[in-house]
Amino acid sequence: MSDKSKNPLLRAFASPAGRAFLALLLVLLLGVIFNGDSAFFKIGTHRDALRQASVYGILACGMTLVIISGGIDLAVGSLLALTAVCCAKMAIHWNWSGWLTVPACLLVGALCGSVSGFITARLRIQPFIATLSMMVLARGLAKYVSGGMKVSTAIMNPDGTYRYVDVPHFFRLVDSRILGGNLSVVTLIFAACVALAWLLMAKHRWGSYLYAIGGNEEASRLSGVPVVAAKMMAYVFSGIFAAVAGICQAAQEQQGDPEAGAGYELMAIAMVVIGGTSLMGGRGGIGLTLLGVLTIGYLDKILSINAVPEAGRLMLTGIIIVVAVLTQRRKRT
Amino acid sequence: MSAISKQFDGNQVLQDVQLEVHEGHVHILAGENGAGKSTLIKILAGIYSDYEGRIEISGKEVRPQSPLEASALGIAVIHQELSLVGPMSVADNMFLGHPLARGGFVQKTKQEAGAAKSLGLLGLDLDVRQPIEQFPIGVRQMIEIAKALHQNARIIVMDEPTSALNAPEAEKLFALIQSLKQRGCGIIYISHKMEEIERLADRITVLRDGQWIGTAPAAELPPPKLIQWMIGREISEQFPRHSQHPGSERLRLENFSVFPEGISRRPVVRDISLSVHAGEIVGIGGLQGSGASELFLGLFGGYGASVRGNLHLDGNEVHLNSPKQAITNGVALLTNDRKATGLVLSQSITANATLADLFRLSPWGWRRPVREQAAAQTTTGLLHLRAASLGMEVGALSGGNQQKVALAKWLQTRPKLLLLDEPTRGIDIGAKREIYQQMNEWIAQGIAILLITSEMPELLMLSDRIIVLHRGVVSAEFSREQATPEVVLAAAMGNKPSLADGNHKVYE
Repeated sequence: MSDKSKNPLLRAFASPAGRAFLALLLVLLLGVIFNGDSAFFKIGTHRDALRQASVYGILACGMTLVIISGGIDLAVGSLLALTAVCCAKMAIHWNWSGWLTVPACLLVGALCGSVSGFITARLRIQPFIATLSMMVLARGLAKYVSGGMKVSTAIMNPDGTYRYVDVPHFFRLVDSRILGGNLSVVTLIFAACVALAWLLMAKHRWGSYLYAIGGNEEASRLSGVPVVAAKMMAYVFSGIFAAVAGICQAAQEQQGDPEAGAGYELMAIAMVVIGGTSLMGGRGGIGLTLLGVLTIGYLDKILSINAVPEAGRLMLTGIIIVVAVLTQRRKRT
Repeated sequence: MSAISKQFDGNQVLQDVQLEVHEGHVHILAGENGAGKSTLIKILAGIYSDYEGRIEISGKEVRPQSPLEASALGIAVIHQELSLVGPMSVADNMFLGHPLARGGFVQKTKQEAGAAKSLGLLGLDLDVRQPIEQFPIGVRQMIEIAKALHQNARIIVMDEPTSALNAPEAEKLFALIQSLKQRGCGIIYISHKMEEIERLADRITVLRDGQWIGTAPAAELPPPKLIQWMIGREISEQFPRHSQHPGSERLRLENFSVFPEGISRRPVVRDISLSVHAGEIVGIGGLQGSGASELFLGLFGGYGASVRGNLHLDGNEVHLNSPKQAITNGVALLTNDRKATGLVLSQSITANATLADLFRLSPWGWRRPVREQAAAQTTTGLLHLRAASLGMEVGALSGGNQQKVALAKWLQTRPKLLLLDEPTRGIDIGAKREIYQQMNEWIAQGIAILLITSEMPELLMLSDRIIVLHRGVVSAEFSREQATPEVVLAAAMGNKPSLADGNHKVYE
């Protein structure tokens, strides 16, 4: 904390944001050196890197709220699958319009989030256990709603034959690009989620409450902070963000896959932690999460354009997460 | 033990203390809160190994470096919080740390037989395979003593062993102590209860502010003299105290009881009736376990609705079922542990100073950083907070400045009734004086103050009236003129204040 360095650059890198930024710069530098036959200098590469990171990033927005309040949400991956399945069912099979489907899916996410929140905040079950059970429950719901199969544009008739329907209009909209094909719409949605989370965390009273609860729950309670309501709100928002991610996923895949999103919660947690938000709660922010999302997103892209096979990519990502978190801890004292 | 000294971060907490325990004697260790009793015990138990001085057992010098070494030397400490593992069986607990094992495998049957035998010696017939958490606290304490005995303890230290016991359980414990004496054990017994001291003591050693005051046979130290030894000190400094004419009645409690563990369990505070007027400081006296802090928390809604009785604020009956309700009704509670329950150490001064009033400072929920900054500036300025910037993390401040931030938080809520629980604990003398001065200003503004402090001079100096609690009930009430250290301490120890001349109110 007491960095006496006069050099403003050095001092900037001593802050959590500076360190997260430094990690991102290092990853980008890696991309410049190992540029995969100059694929790294093509705008399409960056567009795809951002697009691929967006769904994870949207989950990480909700995860940030929950982690800052001192909790954790393991259910987001399953919730993504549940809402993707619901979304496909409503939009493809029932032919609902986007105006109806999207709010309905957000409602599903919010409801599931409020159940996790109620279990952990009101019934005082550890967040790990409460959201673990929601994770299993939501996966089961996804399989129940979908009948265990992917919900796609191929619809089974009662006589066992298939008929094909059009991909819904708003699926195409979400999966399209703007600015002359240089920016994916899902990236735009991710940006909107970051903005919403930032408004809540930095500009709203409830955001301050989350920081206070994560820092010292008992002191917050005795200062009149509505602890139960604030924690529930964090999980509800996490559920809503998971629903947004689920809609994006369904639109991109043009189907609802009940097996989708497995392990996504861990990727979202890794992104939050690499940004420098403390898993103990009370410290961090959505800006840090944005840096963490970009770092892991680009790392993955750079490894893939250099034709590192998936096995190697996963191992390297694991090692880099540990290294990044270790450097943050050492400099924190 | 002789010439024992101990420092914490440069603070001398024990200086040249001596203690001599004879076989078959109960040696009472007496002293006010913070006198150094616990520190001395922890040295004996091997918890603090960096002390000066000598410890001898049967003429041989020893130096316990860890609790395990101490128990090998025959020293057993029965702590206030029992050190038993709840889900494990009675037998496993009794052999915890030194299991009967052959080749690394625990010999369960042998342990169970041994445990049953040790318990039998104390007249306890229990199923030693049951998990220990199934037994009431009194039995658990017996088990702990049995554990000590069976590890061949020759010196048994009991730190306020009856604080969690009811009367019949305590009776059993006293009988047990008698039989321990006959077996030749030396017992060091810490207690705040006069009746126990009178009943059990063979010899008494008194500590005060880390100093050894004296040791005497119990017969030579009747209660008045004991209390004098415990207090003894000169009140070295006069605090500036402006007396006010009390205004209207701000708070009235009638038959107020607090149930921290839920309404069906034992109340910690029973049938308290008291009143506080605007511009008045009422001090709550009492030793550890008196229930004063629980009374504050119950009053403040900290235990939800687990309270009974009537609470009137400015003449209107109110129900404060949450801290939020208490705050909106103009009640503020400064807790006795600013790090655990007072402040969010990872947050800035501004965030802490505005936390309790955020719902007023941010109408419609959107925060107004400029307003928050200004509010924090005002309240911390009033308290002369010294910090490089208001954006600093509170955890980086000194104790005194942290306390000022905690107070600033409550000033911001514009309270009518301030509950101050140990407002000067762990802060330097300069910050103390500033807080005393602030209290004068608050009562001048018509704020009513209820004060808990374990420092006797502070209690006497600051309070207009003193209400003394003993084990959760009011044992006496004194006006400012009547209160002397002796009568207050006697009441806090549960002695009926007949030894003083007083014409004060006596309850029960």
